[in-house]
Amino acid sequence: MASFKRHDGRSLTDMRPMTAKVGVVPNADGSAMFAFGNTIAIAAVYGPRLLHPQHMQDPATGILRVNYDLLSFSVADRKKPGPSRRSQEISKMTEWALAPVLDLEAFPNTVIDVQVYIIQADAGTRTAGINAASLALAHAGIPMKNLVCSVAIGKQDTNIIVDLDKEEEDFEDGEGATDFPLAKIANTDQFTLIQLDGKIPPQRVKEVLDIANKSCEEIYEVQKKALKELVE
Amino acid sequence: MSSMDTSNLTIETLKQMFAVGRRFDGRSIEDFRDLKVSLDVSNKAEGSARVLLGKTEVIVGVKLQIGAPYPDSPNKGNLMVSGDMLPLASPRFENGPPGFVAIELPRLVDRAIRESKVIDLEKLNVVPGEKVWTVIVDIYPLNDDGNLIDAATIGALVALKNTNLPGLDKDNKIDYDIKSKDKLPLSKEVQNPVSVSFFKLGDSIIVDPTREEEEACEVRVTWGISKWNKQYMINSCQKSGKTPFTQAEIEKMMVLLPKKYDELNEKLKKFL
Repeated sequence: MASFKRHDGRSLTDMRPMTAKVGVVPNADGSAMFAFGNTIAIAAVYGPRLLHPQHMQDPATGILRVNYDLLSFSVADRKKPGPSRRSQEISKMTEWALAPVLDLEAFPNTVIDVQVYIIQADAGTRTAGINAASLALAHAGIPMKNLVCSVAIGKQDTNIIVDLDKEEEDFEDGEGATDFPLAKIANTDQFTLIQLDGKIPPQRVKEVLDIANKSCEEIYEVQKKALKELVE
Repeated sequence: MSSMDTSNLTIETLKQMFAVGRRFDGRSIEDFRDLKVSLDVSNKAEGSARVLLGKTEVIVGVKLQIGAPYPDSPNKGNLMVSGDMLPLASPRFENGPPGFVAIELPRLVDRAIRESKVIDLEKLNVVPGEKVWTVIVDIYPLNDDGNLIDAATIGALVALKNTNLPGLDKDNKIDYDIKSKDKLPLSKEVQNPVSVSFFKLGDSIIVDPTREEEEACEVRVTWGISKWNKQYMINSCQKSGKTPFTQAEIEKMMVLLPKKYDELNEKLKKFL
């Protein structure tokens, strides 16, 4: 559909401008900021440290514990502070998106705490959060097999588009809007986050995954650059 | 029966059997168990259903209330899905604040139903901008023998399809003495949203696990699927668990998914 235009002039496969910065929370063992356009996430890592209470410790492995939430003023209608069912679900999804790249068994009895907060939300907060958290873990010097890259592919009516903003997510005509957040281990075929809301025929999922692969390559470059800036 | 842990030996055996497409109960790894559905579990509910998937049993009830619309959708009714993992249903469930399963299950059922747009929320308007119907779907497992989510989504669908709106008095308050024959308004474009969950152990992908199989598996992905204008549509999805899925595995599921959808619909036909 050649006539289809995105409201901000991006091409179908363009992500919003990305910004990444490492070391934004001096107190943390590792920290990072990652932004997709107007969506800004910060992440801080504390640990590995001894897990308390002691009965929760696992002598076979360390534990990754993620806490994701929106700051109260990050959205149009103020978000009541404190965990919601949504934020608890996203925390768990983020945990599972990141865990496969960590060798947690090297740190028995410990916990690695990852705190992810959204300062400004314009859709794609969980994916920005995962990108920030992945950077923060690397910054903390925790041994990682690879970085995790995350992007939301979406669909507006029948057009597959990359990295939807809030206006695109609220689209209602035709097949409506679909939000398909994904995360993968960089440069592999391993998907660590798969979520979806909306309407998409099964035969179009391959197309989405292929586009996600391309987008994640770009995200990986941005992440690598942010980590390198630290040494320079 | 109430032992909690699946032994490493069982996991290893299951892994080897799945790899050659076999299971303890004789099904193939892509087969669902027998499905039985009955209606009107409770005559106080506006709609209700009991689903038996093998030995997994779930009851779902629908209640309706008059409430205020959400500010961003003043002329639409509301949908709420809740679930309670009763300690009655499994040695793994405990009283107290909801664990992750209790948070995730109703959210997944909610999204499979809501995103399919099978309920015509715009017709649930009572006084525009002021009063709308709130549809509340409550899910209670009675016996958890694996794959609760798929069983719960079927239960929610069947209960909703058999829901009658209660009668209203002249002030638009619910009066249970007034009999109404109005059905819950459903969209004609949308056909039966259900969910199909795939579970991975080793290199094998299976559907509809028993509790023992589910405990052995490393990761689950649940797809909400319906038909919209006769076309298969995925409406929701969530991967749950640490192990990744490869792109090839996801593509394989996309081939299997419509087949499983048709199969479930065939089984559901006689109950709807």
